[in-house]
Amino acid sequence: MLSQLDKKLLEKVADLHEIPQGAYNIRKNGSGIGRNTTNNINIVNKTDQSGIDIIVKPGTVNESVHIPVILSTEGFQDMVYNTFDIGEGSDVLVVAGCGIHSGGDENSQHDGVHDFIVRKGAKMRYVEKHYGEGDGTGKRILNPKTIITVEQDGVAEIELVQIKGVDQTIRDTEVYLHNNARLIVTERLLTYADQEAESKITVELLGEESTAQIISRSVAQDQSKQIFYLNMLGKNKCRGHIQCDSIIMDQAVVRAVPEISAYHTDAQLIHEAAIGKIASEQILKLMSLGLSENEAEEKILEGFLK
Amino acid sequence: MQEYNHSFNYRLQTNKWGEMEMLQIKDLSLHVEEGGSSVEILRNINLSFEEKKFYAITGPNGGGKSSLAKVIMGIVKPTQGSIYFNGEDITSLGITDRAKRKMGYAFQQPPRFKGFKIKDLLNLSFGEETSEQAICDVLLEVGLCAQDYLNRDVDASLSGGELKRIEIATVIARDLTLAIFDEPEAGIDLWSFQKLVETFKKMHKDKETIMIIISHQEKILRLADEVIIIADGTVKEQAKRDDIMPRIVQDLECGCNKTCDIGGSADAEPIG
Repeated sequence: MLSQLDKKLLEKVADLHEIPQGAYNIRKNGSGIGRNTTNNINIVNKTDQSGIDIIVKPGTVNESVHIPVILSTEGFQDMVYNTFDIGEGSDVLVVAGCGIHSGGDENSQHDGVHDFIVRKGAKMRYVEKHYGEGDGTGKRILNPKTIITVEQDGVAEIELVQIKGVDQTIRDTEVYLHNNARLIVTERLLTYADQEAESKITVELLGEESTAQIISRSVAQDQSKQIFYLNMLGKNKCRGHIQCDSIIMDQAVVRAVPEISAYHTDAQLIHEAAIGKIASEQILKLMSLGLSENEAEEKILEGFLK
Repeated sequence: MQEYNHSFNYRLQTNKWGEMEMLQIKDLSLHVEEGGSSVEILRNINLSFEEKKFYAITGPNGGGKSSLAKVIMGIVKPTQGSIYFNGEDITSLGITDRAKRKMGYAFQQPPRFKGFKIKDLLNLSFGEETSEQAICDVLLEVGLCAQDYLNRDVDASLSGGELKRIEIATVIARDLTLAIFDEPEAGIDLWSFQKLVETFKKMHKDKETIMIIISHQEKILRLADEVIIIADGTVKEQAKRDDIMPRIVQDLECGCNKTCDIGGSADAEPIG
């Protein structure tokens, strides 16, 4: 059922070596090719559009659900809408991700909406990795939209990673935090050649004592372009912190457009953004330990994006 | 018939006591361009460092000590002159090649690395994946408890003194013929400083590393076999510790008195 190529893509986007434990749904070239549900996690097809509903029963702990998407047919255009209902008091890991192999000259594209509700007191860790490969001139395009609502006392930890092979991406993330809800977003992005990436993250802190932290790190190489729109809106007594850090190299272009807006006197919002090349002292230090200049640079970037 | 070995390629020089000179600096000068004019940083430096010995370099701020250390490590290229290490002309070699020849340098102002754990940085220093025990040992040498530090990032969360001690650990971790420490005491508390003094002694003794420590601390100067005074970009003096220490101490007092005359306080730091 799974070819060597499929397995490689799955490994890249979901750290999967074999069929995952627990609940999963694997989508390949627009159709489901494998699914498993558990007593606590159900996965059902949507009837009105392409996509699935993932329903996690209240109180489910230490379970995971993997929903990787792979595209290996040249020129395939895919679009899904997935809904996640993370039941009250549960604690689960959700691993999504998309791997594209395009060997031809036509564009391959996967657009998807992931719509989450993290219910009262639930904790969700969500990992989304994007990866592309192939020799063709066809562009590999991924446009994910993520909408997350975190109810009272809920926690959402989000890891968004795109390191290799995606030519164009527009990533749009919206988060709504209610009373005492907590959000931690870690974004890692590397672009090279002529790749273009746009990441927009908007967090609305609606509830009292809600907190949000966004740590975005990126590296832009060659002629690639990156734009970040990170926005936090404090509408109650809340705390928000954005750290946006980019390393720029070669002829790349990086734009960081920060925005913080407060609609409440007890909203505390901080935005830090920095763009710069690799500090030469860092390279000199690693060279003085015996690394070549290139090795030093690689190590620094590897650490930065870890 | 007496056999004469023509292939005997003994390039290392020995000094008048028959000790081997591992590092030689010959007629070295350094100029930098600043605002269109050339500024002289180092002038006609001639020094030699013998194997297994301990050297301290001292002298006023801005005198050229750090520049000299950077020229030795290959971080800064000299305008003139040459450097020989272990009999080889290394003047044109870069930092990496000098590091591979077992030269090490602890930066005066070490950089921070986002995303690097202390463990990662020390692993690079050891040059290969090493045991956690070895990393813990080296942290202990600089007075840091491994448990608290192994997995911390080498970023802004570390204090200046902590960062400095990690920097020293990266040099101690290596197997070196020559180690240069640039003001290792800066920013380090008294208790840790005491530990560092012991660590330098131990490194010198156990690994027979040639130590060159740029310092203003009498305790460190007292560890040295020889003390070199660099001022105004040139070597003012190189002498055995016991010959030079009384004069240094006297100079310090003199300098201090001078400051007092113009209204400074008696406990002002004489050389910073």
